[in-house]
Amino acid sequence: MRDEGGGRARVGITDYAQDALGDVVYVDVPEVGTRVTASQPFSEVESTKSVSDVFSPVTGTLVERNALLDERPELVNDQPYGDGWLAVIEMTDPSELDALMDAAAYRAFVEQAEKH
Amino acid sequence: MDLSRPGRRAFSLPRLDVPPVELPGELARRTPPVLPEVAEREIVSHYTRLSQRNYGVDTGVYPLGSCSMKYNPKVAEVAAALPGFRRLHPLQPDHTVQGALELLWRLERALCEITGMERATLQPPAGACGELTGLLLMRAHHTRQGNPRRRVAIPDSAHGTNPASVRLAGYEALHIPSDARGLVDVSALEKLLDQDVAGLMLTNPNTLGLFEEEIEKIAAAVHGVGGLVYYDGANLNAILGRCRPGDMGFDIVHINTHKTFATPHGGGGPGAGPVAVTKELARYLPRPLVERNEDGTFRLEAGGPDSIGRMHGFFGNFGILVRAYVYVLLHGRDGLKEVAERSVLNANYLAELIKGAFPLAMPGRPMHEFVATAKPLKDDTGIRALDVAKRMIDLGYHPSTVYFPLIVEEAMMVEPTETETKETLDGLGRAFLQAAEEARRDPELLHAAPVTTPVRRLDEARAARQLKLRW
Repeated sequence: MRDEGGGRARVGITDYAQDALGDVVYVDVPEVGTRVTASQPFSEVESTKSVSDVFSPVTGTLVERNALLDERPELVNDQPYGDGWLAVIEMTDPSELDALMDAAAYRAFVEQAEKH
Repeated sequence: MDLSRPGRRAFSLPRLDVPPVELPGELARRTPPVLPEVAEREIVSHYTRLSQRNYGVDTGVYPLGSCSMKYNPKVAEVAAALPGFRRLHPLQPDHTVQGALELLWRLERALCEITGMERATLQPPAGACGELTGLLLMRAHHTRQGNPRRRVAIPDSAHGTNPASVRLAGYEALHIPSDARGLVDVSALEKLLDQDVAGLMLTNPNTLGLFEEEIEKIAAAVHGVGGLVYYDGANLNAILGRCRPGDMGFDIVHINTHKTFATPHGGGGPGAGPVAVTKELARYLPRPLVERNEDGTFRLEAGGPDSIGRMHGFFGNFGILVRAYVYVLLHGRDGLKEVAERSVLNANYLAELIKGAFPLAMPGRPMHEFVATAKPLKDDTGIRALDVAKRMIDLGYHPSTVYFPLIVEEAMMVEPTETETKETLDGLGRAFLQAAEEARRDPELLHAAPVTTPVRRLDEARAARQLKLRW
């Protein structure tokens, strides 16, 4: 997730997640205007291995969806932090961002998880 | 169609010795059918070639975990093809089909004895239909108690059919986490259970091939909130004759005859997924059931206002049930025990052979199948379970299941079954180790695999992204 300023957040899945999922074949992002809730599923990513829910990191309204993924779902694999983003969410409460991990904390979390 | 040449035929008809009759215009087709014009010799070669490109249980070991691809004894085929069975009509009066009814009755008795249940329906035509049947029985039971309830608990390692069946039966799936050993997390289960939970669906040994050691505690917890405990028979082959779901506290059991009793897997059917239940639940079973009269003859009993209704036409797939019964008779009580023992021994032997390259995903001792992981290999070489699976094809073996269960990274689920010899297991083990060794020495070989097949590696992602459907 990237803070775009102005109370907006661009949301995708991490590099670690795309690697674990394998080749993504379909991404289901809801229409603009959809209400999303933090920690609740709002999107689905289907890979050759499985179908997985994507949980929203924040509460708010979906204001942009990445239409590129309709034709090229592989962007999620190729550029998880670039053109492979899923949606932009206008946050109801931007202070929710404070509760999320930053990149360094997430990396530590993943490394910890890998050990088990 | 490439082989087709105008006028070539695979048959020659005798000269017409009756007057020809013209079809009325509206019945006659306007253009001839598009059929290949080939000689019999070419047809036989064509289909023989195609069959040789296939790999089946008759070709060799088929260690597809979770699927129990065991050899199907040919004597069961002979029995199913007996004219007395094959030429029956499902609407024949009972007194003309006594032998068939007796077979169904005896098979039901055998399945009930094996599972520790009271009665069984042989009607469901597949394991998944057996699951739906079992859940509808669960719903019928709760509805009669006044409340059908809303949720069915399923462990996170369960087969994908379980949540699908739960939805089809009108319930919501309630996911139960596994603990660090890969077993049901009993304290998490106890916290999640309430009066809204209709029951728990579980297989034992579970999907990781591990025996649920606290099964009695699990069953008691579910019964404690008035729920029923459902046994998914996917792994019944591991405990045949050794212990019984009924004794563990299960109320409903479905049986995959193609896994446990070596009937053909059949690529979509016909199959059979009998469902056995406790005495209390027997009233809800689909009808008809076969009953024995006092004089030793048999009859079909429709009855039962509480029955959930039919799950299939007539009596299920009778020919498959004949094969399952032959398998039971062929082994007998002691032989079935040996089936379970051999399946566990074979899986553990193979797991030991390959654990240096592909360690077990969970610490416990597996039963009839094991889940290994290619994670260490992937970390060292970048070669994934999928690449190993593809290389196994080049080495002459059917690959194991990969990427299931989902809770294990780079999962390789291997089930050699009881029908393979030690020599076959040794060969299979060597192939796994060879693939791992090649991954370090020549990773490109594994990326490219398979290279010896008529069709090389399929681009699964592209196949799913750019669907081309024909029917």
